[in-house]
Amino acid sequence: MRILTVIKQVPDSNATIRVAADGKGIDPAGLKLVCDPFDEFGVELAIQLREKRGDIEEIVVICVGGEKAGEAIRTALAMGADRAIHLNDPKFESTNELSAAWTMAEAVKKDARGFDLTVCGKYNIDMDGGAIGPALAEYLDLPHVGAVTGLEFAADGKSFTARRRIEGAEEVVTCDLPALLTIEKGLVEPRYPSLPNLMKAKKKPVSVITAAEVPDVGASIAGTDLVKLTPPPPRPDCKFVEGEPEQMARELVRLLREEAKAV
Amino acid sequence: MTGSFLVFVEQRGGRIQPATFQLIHVAKTLAAKTGGSVEACLVGKGIGGLADELAARGAARVYLCDDAAFEYYRAMPYAAAVTAAIDKADPRAVLFPTTSLGRDLASRVAARKRAAFAMDCTEVTMNGTTLAATKTMYCGKVFAAFDLSDKRLQIITIRSNVYPAAPRQDGVKAVVELLSVTLRPQDTRLKVSEVVSTSSGIKDVTEAEIVVSGGRALKSEVNFQIIYELAAALDGAVGASRAACDAGYQPHTRQVGLTGKVVTPVLYIACGIDGAIQHLAGMRGSKVIVAVNTKKEAPIFKVANYGCVADLFVLVPLLTQEFRKLLAH
Ligand SMILES: Cc1cc2nc3c(=O)[nH]c(=O)nc-3n(C[C@H](O)[C@H](O)[C@H](O)COP(=O)(O)OP(=O)(O)OC[C@H]3O[C@@H](n4cnc5c(N)ncnc54)[C@H](O)[C@@H]3O)c2cc1C
Ligand SMILES: Nc1ncnc2c1ncn2[C@@H]1O[C@H](COP(=O)(O)O)[C@@H](O)[C@H]1O
Repeated sequence: MRILTVIKQVPDSNATIRVAADGKGIDPAGLKLVCDPFDEFGVELAIQLREKRGDIEEIVVICVGGEKAGEAIRTALAMGADRAIHLNDPKFESTNELSAAWTMAEAVKKDARGFDLTVCGKYNIDMDGGAIGPALAEYLDLPHVGAVTGLEFAADGKSFTARRRIEGAEEVVTCDLPALLTIEKGLVEPRYPSLPNLMKAKKKPVSVITAAEVPDVGASIAGTDLVKLTPPPPRPDCKFVEGEPEQMARELVRLLREEAKAV
Repeated sequence: MTGSFLVFVEQRGGRIQPATFQLIHVAKTLAAKTGGSVEACLVGKGIGGLADELAARGAARVYLCDDAAFEYYRAMPYAAAVTAAIDKADPRAVLFPTTSLGRDLASRVAARKRAAFAMDCTEVTMNGTTLAATKTMYCGKVFAAFDLSDKRLQIITIRSNVYPAAPRQDGVKAVVELLSVTLRPQDTRLKVSEVVSTSSGIKDVTEAEIVVSGGRALKSEVNFQIIYELAAALDGAVGASRAACDAGYQPHTRQVGLTGKVVTPVLYIACGIDGAIQHLAGMRGSKVIVAVNTKKEAPIFKVANYGCVADLFVLVPLLTQEFRKLLAH
């Protein structure tokens, strides 16, 4: 089985985000970047499959992003992926998830053997989106299962049963390979790469693909223009309700009814 | 292009999800600006009877795909059905709800139609014939304004509970147009074997207008009972922080936040939740936020409209009593 795992380099979820002066991006100064936590679930899943099964031929990580994304790639390689495809070109850098998926699909199509299983996070914490997985599946004409929380392969490794949570219910689906999965929190717990593995990761092959090799990027997928980033509107100051607990409860309920009209 | 606005109808087990009516409201508002009709795309099995309800809410036409292959949501068959509706309706824009289904399906359809696309919009207006959409980025820490292009089909998903539901007008009959959808073998390789309800009568956090959440401070699953009682008094849903879910006090299906669910209720009551940035990512869009916390410096008070510096074990039962009294009248 050949597995492709999609990763993205994103600002750490704890980082303070400052909007750049032109309102078209964020201020990169001092910003801590990490491999998206959801994408790490995908890498971890691939590695666990290899540990469990004897037939994982190759785990390839694919990443769209500039020079800095090399960090995320090294993390994935140190976790245990075998090699990486880095789509590195300023033309690829955009706030459009469909365009990222298109670019990756073009690169994947260059590999005649194809991948049996493609995995990525259910969501990316920079775009607050989640389109990359389904869109990549669409461009590769693969079935996909979104937000997987449970996964079991048949003995022959050719099909699987997956669980996913939807609003108020859990779905159980079966499918044969090739397919794409997006991974929800809870399926696996990503490992921390050890120092020796981080060193070894530096020697693993990374093939770089530029815009010259991806026809049509931008032209095919466009039409969503970022106009402006702004900090979220400030929330009104907190009104502290005072008094003994009984008084406080009465007053809060009154405020919620009469002032906020929320109940 | 006909300039119409096509609303994807999310239904499960023959029940239309409330977010659908909010989408119809948005579509009507947008259509009022540019002209064009509001139409709906209804996909499922044995659901033709729902068309009149959609008409009553304002859908001038309902594209119906009713077949056993669509009993449960599967991305590829549903994408084929929606594509068939788009090809017939030739709309200016297609609106999906931001639900697990909506995110999944809209992404796939947008990719297929090479659409201009924005996911999880909290605001949408018409700028001439293009959609101007606002969504959050970076875990809710930034608002981003996007202009979609009218040179393409425009597709957006809209966050639940941001817009009101379109009101019902009785006695309206639907104009139904049947879709014929041909599925390829590839489209049906994935099979749904089971759908197990996890809500057991309790509302899901993403659907409720009121959410009462508990954090690590609850200290046990048993103690969460007081959160359930308050939620029940308000006909709301129960949520939890990641710390509370990780500790096993609540199932992860109730987790609110970055790695849980994003909720936008009218009222969010956070009890014993510190307000870590990853929790805020899931609830800062709520209309009114109440925080109950013993620590006045807790960051949750920075986003709260009303704050109670109090022990939740004392205050929450009192609140339940007060709300019961209020709502009994
Ligand atoms: C990548 C990533 C993703 C994450 N995703 C999420 C997510 O989706 N959702 C989420 O919630 N967290 C998430 N977290 C975790 C988050 O950072 C916090 O650790 C978590 O939210 C803390 O939960 P808590 O507020 O319940 O617990 P604590 O931080 O322990 O806070 C407990 C609070 O309760 C108060 N308190 C204690 N006793 C009482 C009492 N008797 N009465 C009233 N108040 C009391 C305390 O003052 C304190 O403020 C994520 C973290 C990471 C790194
Ligand atoms: N019963 C309590 N009353 C007041 N403060 C508390 C109580 N329990 C916990 N805290 C506060 O909550 C914080 C985190 O609590 P814990 O997660 O229980 O360790 C501590 O820093 C305390 O300030």
